[in-house]
Amino acid sequence: MNWLISFLDWLREFFGDPENWTGSDGIPMRLLEHLEFSALALVLAVLIAVPLGLLVGHTGRGELLVVVSANLARALPTLGLLVMFVLLLGASSIWPVIIPLVLLSVPPILVNTYEGVKGVDPELRDAAYGMGLRGEQVLWRVLVPVALPLILLGCRLSAIQVVATTTVAAYTGLGGLGRYVIDGFATKDYASVVGGSVLIVLFALVVQVLFALVQRVTVSPGVSRRLKVR
Amino acid sequence: MGDGPPSIWEWIGRNWDTGRADSIRNLLTDHLTMSLVPIVIALLLALPLGLACVRWRWLYQPTSGFMNVVYALPSLPVFMLLISVTGLSQTTVIIPLTFYGMAVLIPAVVDGLGSVPDHVRQSAVAMGFTPLRRLLAVELPIAAPVVLAGMRVVAVSSISLVSVGALIGQGGLGGLFTRAYQNPFMPPVIVGIVLIVLLAVVADGLLVLAQRLLTPWVRARKGQAA
Amino acid sequence: MITFDSVSKRYPDGTVAVDALSLEAPTGEITVLVGPSGCGKTTSLRMINRMIDASEGEILLDGVPVRGIDPPTLRRGIGYVIQQAGLFPHRRIIDNIATVPYLLGWDRKKARATAMELLERVGLDPALAQRYPFQLSGGQQQRVGVARALAADPPVLLMDEPFSAVDPIVRTNLQDELLRLQSELNKTIVFVTHDIDEAIKLGDRVAVLRVGGRLAQVADPKTLLSEPADDFVREFLGQDRGIRRLRFISADGLRLRTDLTVPEGSDGGTSEPWLLVVDADDRPLGWRPGAEPGRLEPFGTYAHRGDTMRAALDAALLSPSGCAVAVDEQGKVVGVATRQALDEALTEAADG
Repeated sequence: MNWLISFLDWLREFFGDPENWTGSDGIPMRLLEHLEFSALALVLAVLIAVPLGLLVGHTGRGELLVVVSANLARALPTLGLLVMFVLLLGASSIWPVIIPLVLLSVPPILVNTYEGVKGVDPELRDAAYGMGLRGEQVLWRVLVPVALPLILLGCRLSAIQVVATTTVAAYTGLGGLGRYVIDGFATKDYASVVGGSVLIVLFALVVQVLFALVQRVTVSPGVSRRLKVR
Repeated sequence: MGDGPPSIWEWIGRNWDTGRADSIRNLLTDHLTMSLVPIVIALLLALPLGLACVRWRWLYQPTSGFMNVVYALPSLPVFMLLISVTGLSQTTVIIPLTFYGMAVLIPAVVDGLGSVPDHVRQSAVAMGFTPLRRLLAVELPIAAPVVLAGMRVVAVSSISLVSVGALIGQGGLGGLFTRAYQNPFMPPVIVGIVLIVLLAVVADGLLVLAQRLLTPWVRARKGQAA
Repeated sequence: MITFDSVSKRYPDGTVAVDALSLEAPTGEITVLVGPSGCGKTTSLRMINRMIDASEGEILLDGVPVRGIDPPTLRRGIGYVIQQAGLFPHRRIIDNIATVPYLLGWDRKKARATAMELLERVGLDPALAQRYPFQLSGGQQQRVGVARALAADPPVLLMDEPFSAVDPIVRTNLQDELLRLQSELNKTIVFVTHDIDEAIKLGDRVAVLRVGGRLAQVADPKTLLSEPADDFVREFLGQDRGIRRLRFISADGLRLRTDLTVPEGSDGGTSEPWLLVVDADDRPLGWRPGAEPGRLEPFGTYAHRGDTMRAALDAALLSPSGCAVAVDEQGKVVGVATRQALDEALTEAADG
């Protein structure tokens, strides 16, 4: 149980140090950075992937692209991609890091949005058109609400991916909570490594809870079947 | 560096088998070990756990909830936290990857067994199969396609995830990425990415092959429909 | 009135779904399209609201070609009911019913009030309004589907096998309910089914289509049963055409005897082979055989007002007496139709 004791010591050392709570290297700042980079990458990915997934799912064209991109994104090593972009584009701005972050988070949203829209019962589509809804009304009033659980699942999987990759990206010079881990490891400052790791894990869990809340609020109980039959 | 940077092929030739721990060949072997061991252990653990979740339905909710949480944990901090327990060893990478694999495979086993039609189960009972034989001879084969689909996801993502271990010195081919970043040099990155993607493609192909061999009826049915 | 003027539907691969169909669906009547799968009945229906466009010919809605109307606008004026109801799972029942009124830009309050009215009209508990479709049974969902189609009070209703996914008892209920609704609303209904019994029960006119999308015969159900145009129609109509035809002959004309009923307890002698024993409220208890006054044998009843010859004959066959008991709405005996009376009526039915 030695490791547990040293573990707690490191945590006390890290979180107890007032210097770790202020300045550009302080926890609040690093947390904000991590949030900023993750949110930026995720928002860009959503903006690209959701419309594309809706289009492919609604029209049925480009299905191969969706499937291939999903498999490729799973196979591509994130660290390799990050290093490649930084070596290619230099490290003068955050974009050489943000680009691979976005690239890796597009496919989960894309494939789930596509599957969600494609999986809508054809009878439902038929009924919607038969009632006199126009193409875009069918999409926004029927297909999207019904496919929403899967669209959000895609976003959640991407968020997991982005939070993790943002951490790894600290290796190539990006700010955020990953700095504590990477720098601490390089300088054998284990308090910083353990403290930073715990912060990142907590951050990831909070993101999960947020997504669960968003799902609760936005998905119709008729779709999630959350209500009990009275 | 007087005669200019070497081409990728020259670089591969020079680094393939240097006898040192970081030769491409050794990195490849490490990479295979650290990705295959978690896949196998994850399957071996997911089967009984999945079965338990099917047998005792109340187990599934907490198990899948826990696995969802595990799946959401970023790999790097988890590696770092494990160092204090397992040290800078391959085990530090293998343990989290095993858990990620289980997070995918347990639901796959449960869904797969759920896909066994009730009338098939009933008729197996009626014909006098014992529960164990029913499981081995009827239910698992029918569940196999779903479980194998899960295996494909797990194999491909494990193979790519191992490379993050390079940041604690245990990343297999991921070591090429850190080497490339430290003395800025492109060929190792390209070689690393290509080899990892190739490994993933081969593993995926083998699992597809296994799927065809283990469940020939799935393909026969598709052929009939076409 | 909906008019098909030699309408054909050909697909690029050469298959002909509908072949030169000419047909009229008169205003205020139920026209049923019936036939085996592949006869183009659903395609024909879907060409009316332009879910599918005809390759040749013209479909007219009160004389106006549908080809010239923008499909969504056209569809908002035509009720559409499909097999699995196709309710929107993410919307409450009340909002499902109000779909078309919302689309037409009605005031929300008015749309919801109309929806509530329709919910009751199709025989559903108003408490269901706030539920979601998954909380309803198949039969309830189908009723909501009908209510939704009626919401904007369209003159025309298209129904594509609406009752084929529910169990037989619920189906019978839904059919009866549709006939009741139609007697109040007088819509122009085109109804597609593969079930000839449903067609005969519901249709004012029945159009039988054969594979390849050609019209085999169109007639009212009684004529269809007595004079099938050819072997295909005869075979499609199936067994027992004669007996099923009795459904269209009212039992009102049956001659009833009122001298065969005796109150419970009286055991006066008689020359009649059977006497009907009734209780103090005139409700039937059973048939007493003349030879064995101590026993009571089972009886069968039919409604004196409203039932058909088929029901009367059925009632007669249920009892060893061979007589059918006519009862009123309270179940009180009006009279007894003897074998002789039934025989007379059947002879008349066979002639006419």
